[in-house]
Amino acid sequence: MFVASGRLKRGVFLLIMLFLPLSCFAMDAPDTITIDALASFYEPVQFDHELHVGIAEDCSACHHHTTGTGTNNSHCARCHSNEEEQDLVSCQDCHQADSFTAQALSAKSEKNLYHVDATGLKGAYHQNCIGCHQDMDGPSGCTDCHARTEEGDKFFYSGQFAPPAGEGSSH
Amino acid sequence: MCKVSRRRFLAGGLAGGAAVMLAPAKKALAAGNLTGFPDGMGALVDLTRCVGCRSCEAACNREQNLPAPDQSFDDYSVFDQVKHGQKRRPSENAYTVVNRYESQSSDKPVYRKMQCNHCNEPACLTSCFVGAYTKTAEGAVTYNDKVCVGCRNCMVACPFNVPAYSYSDPINPMIKKCIFCYDSRVKHGMPPACVETCPTQALMFGKRDDLLKIARARIDREPGKYVDHIYGETEVGGTSWLYLSGVPFEDAGFDTSLQKEPIINNVKDFLGTVPMVLAIWPALFTGFHLLATKGKDHHEDSHADEEGEES
Repeated sequence: MFVASGRLKRGVFLLIMLFLPLSCFAMDAPDTITIDALASFYEPVQFDHELHVGIAEDCSACHHHTTGTGTNNSHCARCHSNEEEQDLVSCQDCHQADSFTAQALSAKSEKNLYHVDATGLKGAYHQNCIGCHQDMDGPSGCTDCHARTEEGDKFFYSGQFAPPAGEGSSH
Repeated sequence: MCKVSRRRFLAGGLAGGAAVMLAPAKKALAAGNLTGFPDGMGALVDLTRCVGCRSCEAACNREQNLPAPDQSFDDYSVFDQVKHGQKRRPSENAYTVVNRYESQSSDKPVYRKMQCNHCNEPACLTSCFVGAYTKTAEGAVTYNDKVCVGCRNCMVACPFNVPAYSYSDPINPMIKKCIFCYDSRVKHGMPPACVETCPTQALMFGKRDDLLKIARARIDREPGKYVDHIYGETEVGGTSWLYLSGVPFEDAGFDTSLQKEPIINNVKDFLGTVPMVLAIWPALFTGFHLLATKGKDHHEDSHADEEGEES
């Protein structure tokens, strides 16, 4: 029934070749992501996803094992070496924004839970970013990535809320 | 009749003394095994994750309504401050401070947050003779400034040099230290302000038992990254705050010479004998005195006089 002609075969091949590299580099991934789940002291971050796709060796550098590109972490590979791309791949799908609630903590006491040390969302972002940013001389100061809000300045006694110079005393 | 009852009194006193001697020894042994409340909370500080942003200091300042700092919390020149040959310490105006250390084992600087470690068996608590300190079931070591008399024994007793004194207040100075945000947060099941604000999750909040498991798992998973020790697991009987480090703990300003036993165990046996001494010695030495002076003339006379008056 499906005897494909030579031309059709070539067409399908070209089509696959066209989409193969794209699928490796997250074809349906967004170019920029606005990280604002935790914005109060800092402005939301415009995360240039496309830029990082270009820099990272493969998706698993950040996405662990969820993007179907395997995992290069030998520890994770014991269970997650051959996984399909999953439906939920964004950070906050797995990393809870509020990871120290009574509920979250009692879940951690579960005897059969393996991932007891899963980090919260804020910890996941920063731990994932800071190592590379320091090694590759990327921005690594707090306000290099996210500008502080007025509320943040108040919190840090910085900017317009800075203590008057010279008034500081040791006791 | 009178002499016989004296002898019996002495014998009874000695037997009682022996009983008291044995009792505190047993008690002290049992207390030495105390490892905190079963569901006590704690915090895990992972020095390999700390970037020295001082957000925890800012959060503490706001949560505890502390006065405005001398320098902004994003001013990192404070890491160079040395006073009296020491890096910064918790004070009446800052219940937690972060210090920077250089270590030969790491090419990056190491940052260490310092605050009350909330001991399982706190030396401050046991040194306080008015009972101003409380170790809550949640793990926090709190203090009651209403009963504090300002003796500052706790400042001397603390093996971590944490409690500070508000010398700036001449009218009503009092002890100031981290209380694990007990009143405003931990009591209600919320993490302390410093933990909640920490951007890298270098600070984690949870049941102390769970945190110990997590800390152990991190060491097991990356043995090259961590020193194989959880600071606070056994130090001075264990503390609610636990530390992991990638450099030797003494390089990050920790006192690694601390004993495993709670501080109180050093004096518990001795203190146990104090009530015995108070109860037994007066009776014992009165008895010795009476026996030694038995048959002496002037005493016989006085006794005879007393007996004569009584009869």
